[in-house]
Amino acid sequence: MTLASVAATPTATFQALKCKECGAEYELKAQHVCEYCFGPLEVAYDFSKLRGRMTREQIQAGPNSIWRYRDFLPVATDNPIDMGTGMTPLLQAKRLARRLGLKHLYIKNDAVNMPTLSFKDRVVSVALTRAQELGFTTVSCASTGNLANSTAAIAARAGLDCCVFIPSDLEAGKVMGTLIYAPTVMAVEGNYDQVNRLCSEVANTHGWGFVNINLRPYYSEGSKTLGYEVAEQLGWELPDHIVAPLASGSLFTKIYKGFREFVDVGLVADKAVRFSGAQAEGCSPIAQAYQEGRDFISPVKPSTIAKSIAIGNPADGVYALDIARKTNGQIESVNDAEIVAGIKLLAETEGIFTETAGGTTIAVLQKLVAAGKIDPDEKTVVYITGNGLKTQEAVQGYVGEPLTIEPKLDSFERALERSRTLERLDWQPVLV
Amino acid sequence: MAVKVLIPTPLQKLTQNQATLQCEGGTIVELLDSLEQNCPGIKARLCDEQGELRRFVNFYVNNEDIRFLEGANTPLQDGDEVSIIPAIAGG
Repeated sequence: MTLASVAATPTATFQALKCKECGAEYELKAQHVCEYCFGPLEVAYDFSKLRGRMTREQIQAGPNSIWRYRDFLPVATDNPIDMGTGMTPLLQAKRLARRLGLKHLYIKNDAVNMPTLSFKDRVVSVALTRAQELGFTTVSCASTGNLANSTAAIAARAGLDCCVFIPSDLEAGKVMGTLIYAPTVMAVEGNYDQVNRLCSEVANTHGWGFVNINLRPYYSEGSKTLGYEVAEQLGWELPDHIVAPLASGSLFTKIYKGFREFVDVGLVADKAVRFSGAQAEGCSPIAQAYQEGRDFISPVKPSTIAKSIAIGNPADGVYALDIARKTNGQIESVNDAEIVAGIKLLAETEGIFTETAGGTTIAVLQKLVAAGKIDPDEKTVVYITGNGLKTQEAVQGYVGEPLTIEPKLDSFERALERSRTLERLDWQPVLV
Repeated sequence: MAVKVLIPTPLQKLTQNQATLQCEGGTIVELLDSLEQNCPGIKARLCDEQGELRRFVNFYVNNEDIRFLEGANTPLQDGDEVSIIPAIAGG
């Protein structure tokens, strides 16, 4: 199969692929690495076509999905794959804010993103739309679970063949949530970094579109919509501080890019936004580099319940590090017990059941507030990127049991009294 | 030491489209010199001006990242397999 390099239409804003390290430019084909310096390629745009012309009203008149921002995304078609992805709720989190001692806290809730309940639907919608433009008929990915769910679902919708690679120890919900769409699933006996390595060797030989490998420059741009939406939902204004999970570091850097692009074309006023990142202690190569003042990342071997963010060798780690430092943000890590507590805290205060990555982010938020690193007056947005129903194993045994009763009034009354007694015991100080 | 080297797509223009090469070298540093002799220009792609391995290149010896071994000084045995892999995003 020969793949055409599909040029952008004359009105499109995306122009070329450009190396983030040395600036070398390439055609808009399926390629992710610079041939000269091995640096990552990124899509380059000409936003002069939008500057002063793209209005808030035009965007608001667009679809209720990420495709309202199509002019900022690297696709040429007028008919992208649209499953209602994006435009997830931005909720003011008053109860959680009060618990933590913050005044203006917001949750961007991608636990309810469509179609597969994680932010990955954003990147995959862009990647598979672009894959079709480039002529691919089979798409693939290396995944910690969420990306596999999303790639399999959106490929099914688009009628693309699909083969996904996952580590063999993933949570049951994430495996089932992929198998149901009937792709070929390869469960690799190894960790995510090993899966990724295998895939980069497969990508070389099979002529498939790997969303996170050869399609990565297009794929990663989808995360910018998490920046655009927050700006739009805050009433066309940037927040003061954002907290997001860090795995490969890509999401973090693209939220930043999204904010900067909206400033660039004049849709929002410029403002300094602090960027803080969250990692699990059992896989915290970026947090370690941050704490030690290093400008390089030493890879680690992951050991944490937060499997969706367990990337020991994060490709965009150095860029995430750079953004946290230059925006006066923080990168912090929390242990597995704190992650479970974070999941429960968000559920009990805001009614949102997130997965381990979200628990990590909430626990880091809590830690930063406690350490005085977030000012109570800052307008702070926390990104919740995945859904707790997919990682039930993580909270099994920490959420109590139903009270089993007979279908009789007195059985109910006794059980109710008992549960209230237990609750009171929870609150009583214990003398030892 | 005779080792097998897996070459990533972006470098195959320098290896006449060969995906694997047989090379000599007692360490990764020596292997890089041997690669350069066979495929002139390849070392500059893998190392920066100071001769250090570029930060977006990953080297594996028999499936282990050399940063978990002895870095560029990692010793090589006859029959070892060395993979050169660009950094990858995902999740």
